[in-house]
Amino acid sequence: MSTRESILAAVLKNQPPASPLPDLSFLKGNRPDIVSTYQAVFTSIGGSVFVVDDLAAVNARLLENFDSTKRLVTTLPDLGEPFEVLSKTADPRTFNDVELAVIEAQLAVAENGAVWLPEQRMGQRIIPYICQHLAVVVRAETIVPTLHEAYAQIGVGDYGFGAFIGGPSKTADIEQALVMGAHGPITMSVFILTTN
Amino acid sequence: MEKATKDHAALAEAFNQDEEHVNWHDGALWWIRQKRDIAAKNIPEWEQLRETASRIKSNVLSNLHDYLLEFEANLTKNGVTVHWAADAEEHNRIVYSILKAKEITQMIKSKSMLTEECHLNEYLIERGIDVINSDLGEYIQQLDNEPPSHIVLPCIHKRKEEIGEIFHEHLGTEKGVSDPTTLTRFARWHLRDAFISRRAALTGVNFAVAETGEYVVCTNEGNADMGAHLSDIQIASMGIEKIIPKKEHLGVFLRLLARSATGQPITIYSSHFKKPRPGQEMHLVLVDLGRSRQLGRPDFRDSLKCIKCGACMNTCPVYRKSGGLSYHNTISGPIGAILAPNLDMKRHADLPFASTLCGSCSNVCPVKINIHDQLYQWRQVIVQEGYAANTKVLGMKAMAWTLSSPGSYSTIGRAGRWVLNNIPFAVNNKFNPWYKQREMPDGPKESFGEWYAKNQGDNGSEKV
Repeated sequence: MSTRESILAAVLKNQPPASPLPDLSFLKGNRPDIVSTYQAVFTSIGGSVFVVDDLAAVNARLLENFDSTKRLVTTLPDLGEPFEVLSKTADPRTFNDVELAVIEAQLAVAENGAVWLPEQRMGQRIIPYICQHLAVVVRAETIVPTLHEAYAQIGVGDYGFGAFIGGPSKTADIEQALVMGAHGPITMSVFILTTN
Repeated sequence: MEKATKDHAALAEAFNQDEEHVNWHDGALWWIRQKRDIAAKNIPEWEQLRETASRIKSNVLSNLHDYLLEFEANLTKNGVTVHWAADAEEHNRIVYSILKAKEITQMIKSKSMLTEECHLNEYLIERGIDVINSDLGEYIQQLDNEPPSHIVLPCIHKRKEEIGEIFHEHLGTEKGVSDPTTLTRFARWHLRDAFISRRAALTGVNFAVAETGEYVVCTNEGNADMGAHLSDIQIASMGIEKIIPKKEHLGVFLRLLARSATGQPITIYSSHFKKPRPGQEMHLVLVDLGRSRQLGRPDFRDSLKCIKCGACMNTCPVYRKSGGLSYHNTISGPIGAILAPNLDMKRHADLPFASTLCGSCSNVCPVKINIHDQLYQWRQVIVQEGYAANTKVLGMKAMAWTLSSPGSYSTIGRAGRWVLNNIPFAVNNKFNPWYKQREMPDGPKESFGEWYAKNQGDNGSEKV
């Protein structure tokens, strides 16, 4: 008998009688102040939130804070100069010098501050991790109360990789002292777009 | 690596030599427990969430066979190669053969308690493959040649000065530098090179969704993603109990996991891996390593519900004051003490006794495992199977004899009170294990039995 068959046989023999799945319908968020909740939670995690009207405002705000002589990449052609629209086919290692990446989330979750990024929105899977700083555009109407509404919208999903990202990379492994920028971005900014 | 020659009590005693350090450790973990409480109280339906999570896991255990088949079929459909391993040796052999086929000699690994259980690093290093642990805490533990002492906070038992010294010795940082930000930045740049240059990456798995064949890996550092997305060969190792039925169940577990672990609303990264990127190979190893046996133990099978948040460790008064390494098992603390005897009852016979049975672990467990009941039940199994320490067996026999004989009970009680009151030095010395870290009380003048006899009349009415 192969290992696979022997494990499956042992599991079948030892598993207890059927126990039904619980009902999840009671799990839903109810937050009328969804944008302000999102802002408060994401700020408490160590991120920055800006509410803006359009991508031009995103561009202007970012150029105030970042050096345009460094490599700034985006998946959003409408963000304009000097942002480089990133290649979806380049070797992922070649993004190691990216200072700032700007991408757009599919949705965000008010209760925990996380944004949902299927790989199509990342441009390349490595982008939101390898950059020194991350900025994510979130349309206000895509913010949902909790993860339950988020997963209902995501469904099975047409992606090979997707992630919730809820703040700058962090560690507290040394004496529980919080340090931002363990391996991934040192800062994360979210731009909430209030109009189309 | 594991110090199996000494038992929990002896290792805890060594940990307790430095009182200031123990107090710090105790306080640091209690602070995390308090953060967990604040996070939990922010969710009005927290208790219903725990109950729901526990019931989802009950369903998983009752239908694991079919879920494993469903998961495997979906993985295959997604282009992931599936492997099955009965034990640590087989798991390690599979990982090695994947690397060898590609002539890879360097791998980067994010946190995976399963590969710690399997001693994968030692196995690969013996065969000429260099492995770097990329989680900062695990990286520090690897440099110091020690296993992790906590499943979420691998080096929580170390002070920053010790870590500074390790960095100085192994990485050449300046002597005396112990600032956490400086040390973290140094590790960031050092490991960045490893991420960029290594062709193979291995991750653990937090949740594996049978319905879609995707698996979720949770980190705060982003180290699992840095490794995986820069690799040509991506390997994930998971215990078979990590399956959940449907994607919607992730909403329940991800709301509980980080809040229970560290008080965060969610880990910074919750990565959903489904298909390899173009040109990449993905492998997943399903490991039994005692899980199917534990599934067949009705009193203990619920231990397989564990989502590895570490809340039971942070709250445990014994863990906080004895340190994770004193459990001489990869998974330490209360949950480790109910998982370990299944793997090797003789070797881990001491662990279910390393508890006060206060029940705090069960009260914070996000999937409502009855941890303290199982600790109590393991004690009975261990004594019945003849694995209890001799002193415990003798003590229990003496106690059974005393309690079953009213005459000897009263005589021994009188003798004990006389000793405490007249020659306290006979018990207040190092030969009495109860005297360690404790003051013995003054003996009462009389026992309740004696008081009762004096104060009650023959007919039971109170004397005035």
